[in-house]
Amino acid sequence: MSNKVALTGHEILANAMRQINPDVVAAYPITPQTELVQLFSQFVADGKVDTDFVTVESEHSAMSATVGASAGGARAMTATAANGLGLMWEVVYIAASTRLPIVMPVVNRALSGPINIHCDHSDSMGARDSGWIQLYAEDAQEAYDNALQAIRIGEHEDVRLPVMVNMDGFIISHAVENAELLADKDVKEFIGDYNPDHSLLDPENQITVGPVDLQDFYFEHKRQQIDAMENAKDVIADVAQEYKEMTGRGVEYFEEYKLDDAEIGILALGSTAGTAKVAVDQLREQGVKAGLLKLRVFRPFPSEELVEALKHLDVLAVMDRAETFSTTGGPVFADVRSAFYDAKSDVEVVNYVYGLGGRDTRVEDVVSVYEDLQEITASGKVDNRVNYLGVRE
Amino acid sequence: MSKVNLKELSHQDERLTGGHRLCSGCGASIIVRQVLHATEDPVVVGCATGCLEVSTTIYPYTAWKDSFIHNAFENAAATVSGVEAAYRSLKKQGKIDGETKFIAFGGDGGTYDIGFQSLSGAMERGHDMVYVCYDNGAYMNTGIQRSSATPRNASTTTSPAGEVIPGKQQFRKELTDIIAAHNIPYVAQASPHNFKDLVRKARKAFEIDGPAFLNVLSPCPRGWRYPEDEAMDLLRAATDTCFWPLYEYENGEWNLNYNPKEKAPITDWLKPQGRFKHLFKEGNEYLIDEIQERTDRRWQEILHRCGETE
Ligand SMILES: Cc1ncc(C[n+]2csc(CCOP(=O)(O)OP(=O)(O)O)c2C)c(N)n1
Ligand code: SF4
Repeated sequence: MSNKVALTGHEILANAMRQINPDVVAAYPITPQTELVQLFSQFVADGKVDTDFVTVESEHSAMSATVGASAGGARAMTATAANGLGLMWEVVYIAASTRLPIVMPVVNRALSGPINIHCDHSDSMGARDSGWIQLYAEDAQEAYDNALQAIRIGEHEDVRLPVMVNMDGFIISHAVENAELLADKDVKEFIGDYNPDHSLLDPENQITVGPVDLQDFYFEHKRQQIDAMENAKDVIADVAQEYKEMTGRGVEYFEEYKLDDAEIGILALGSTAGTAKVAVDQLREQGVKAGLLKLRVFRPFPSEELVEALKHLDVLAVMDRAETFSTTGGPVFADVRSAFYDAKSDVEVVNYVYGLGGRDTRVEDVVSVYEDLQEITASGKVDNRVNYLGVRE
Repeated sequence: MSKVNLKELSHQDERLTGGHRLCSGCGASIIVRQVLHATEDPVVVGCATGCLEVSTTIYPYTAWKDSFIHNAFENAAATVSGVEAAYRSLKKQGKIDGETKFIAFGGDGGTYDIGFQSLSGAMERGHDMVYVCYDNGAYMNTGIQRSSATPRNASTTTSPAGEVIPGKQQFRKELTDIIAAHNIPYVAQASPHNFKDLVRKARKAFEIDGPAFLNVLSPCPRGWRYPEDEAMDLLRAATDTCFWPLYEYENGEWNLNYNPKEKAPITDWLKPQGRFKHLFKEGNEYLIDEIQERTDRRWQEILHRCGETE
């Protein structure tokens, strides 16, 4: 039985956390994640969860304590955004290499500087090489769905990796939406109990976590971490399938929106995918064969599947809400282009960096991208491989 | 509190095995053994990056018989906070039982400097853990760089004694007092040459409910530059000169644990150590006088605080 609600993204995600009922949550407030932590602490104060809530003095300690808790065999979560994730950075890597299935909502926000509290993906994209699985949501419903699935994915015995559940700051976190929450007992059943392979709190079987790992073994351990990420692909798909059977909702790696017969397409992640759907609908009414691929899973990167879904296009625009300063485009663009390289396809792939620091991206903006793509199709010429959408030049 | 019985303790198994790769004569392993002697319960050990950690956990080996976690340099206290939180939650839910004790070890770098915030946070939140700083007065593991625990005028690789600057310019930070200002139930300063005192303090720290902090002077033959078999004499000099007073702070009360019959001159502490060699060059007497003055003032403060003087 599910429950239809109209709540903010934060309220919906906080309810996911309540239903997950983690053993330990350690968190530190930062806009726009603050409200999530507050809502959750109320659940703790009201005895709605069994969680030991560690009110740490910084995000660095939030991630450190979460690592400690998870190594202690607890189901452990934290949440952050922007500079908070930046401060965690060192320990974010340690969480992944220690193979701890921590789940962390990241309420995406521009990473300073200059300081800016609004949405972009510079925070999570900055952590893209840290070894965390990364899921992105179009709306609060999907953030909720991702949070529940993240527990299953991360804790799977073939994976044992931490998972970032990304949700666009303000755009999703603070807006009220209709969503369907599962019944508490269904969530409980779906996520099951956490049975760690090892725990610091098993006095019969002492373990050493986080040793010095030199030339002799470090590389093999990295290789195992890569294998785990590889395994995560199947697990993500299986869990999505199971979730879909239960709820009727859910996609594996990405959602294909009017992509079958599309000639031009956009690849986007986060809330912009919703905006792009409206743009696609408008263009379709005018007879333009526009389509969208909404990416849900950015790490591991579903390379082959993406190419398969997109290779029939004439032109593809990859939307990036973050920069790499490589001067050759955004992070998603780099991966998508690289995926296409082997496919020997003749799809033109161009990049649009947009929405940095919360710059509004309207339907018209996305339509203008499709118009650019039409021009490229017509002329067969790409003037700018990397474009900055909505910036005053 | 149960009494420390040395005979009994000598029959206990060591919880840190031999075969680790700390330098011979290193204080860190001596301190760990003494502290772990003070509890019979299983413990979870957290450790900051530093000599102790890198020398005891070279994969695939470990010198620890208890469960051990190393996370990073500066977050031993936060990491153990998390393990202890897991313990509390799982215990409340009936998923685990039995008593486990939590302990974090950090060098002075990982405690006084980079780990200070995480330590302060953990102490303030009241986690039931014992934090032990093995204070060797420098970042030894990276090659003897100064820390805020380095004594004034010690020569280190980032505060070398040179033509115009005679070693480290600042006096050391009084971390023990700073932690006491957190109003936690138990704080103490100790030294491993006084085995009985250290084990008693560790036992108290384990048995107390809530956070406890021990600051333990830890000899380092490499960094202090003295013959490695003289560690215990040197530690004795540290307490006899009152460079390293032994005291404790328990539930708001200060207590002095050692009052030398005759206070030795600070040179007894400085002279045997290569890191202070330049102080004994002609013309540098004033540097020793300054250190003596500071040590005397500090000693008076401690005596006063502990109710040993009017
Ligand atoms: C964030 C970070 N900065 C620097 C280092 C390098 N580092 C490792 S151990 C260490 C010094 C440790 O000194 P201390 O805590 O006094 O312990 P000791 O080596 O004396 O045992 C340093 C600087 C590190 N590991 N992490
Ligand atoms: S360098 Fe000093 S602190 Fe490090 S292991 Fe050697 S003696 Fe111990």
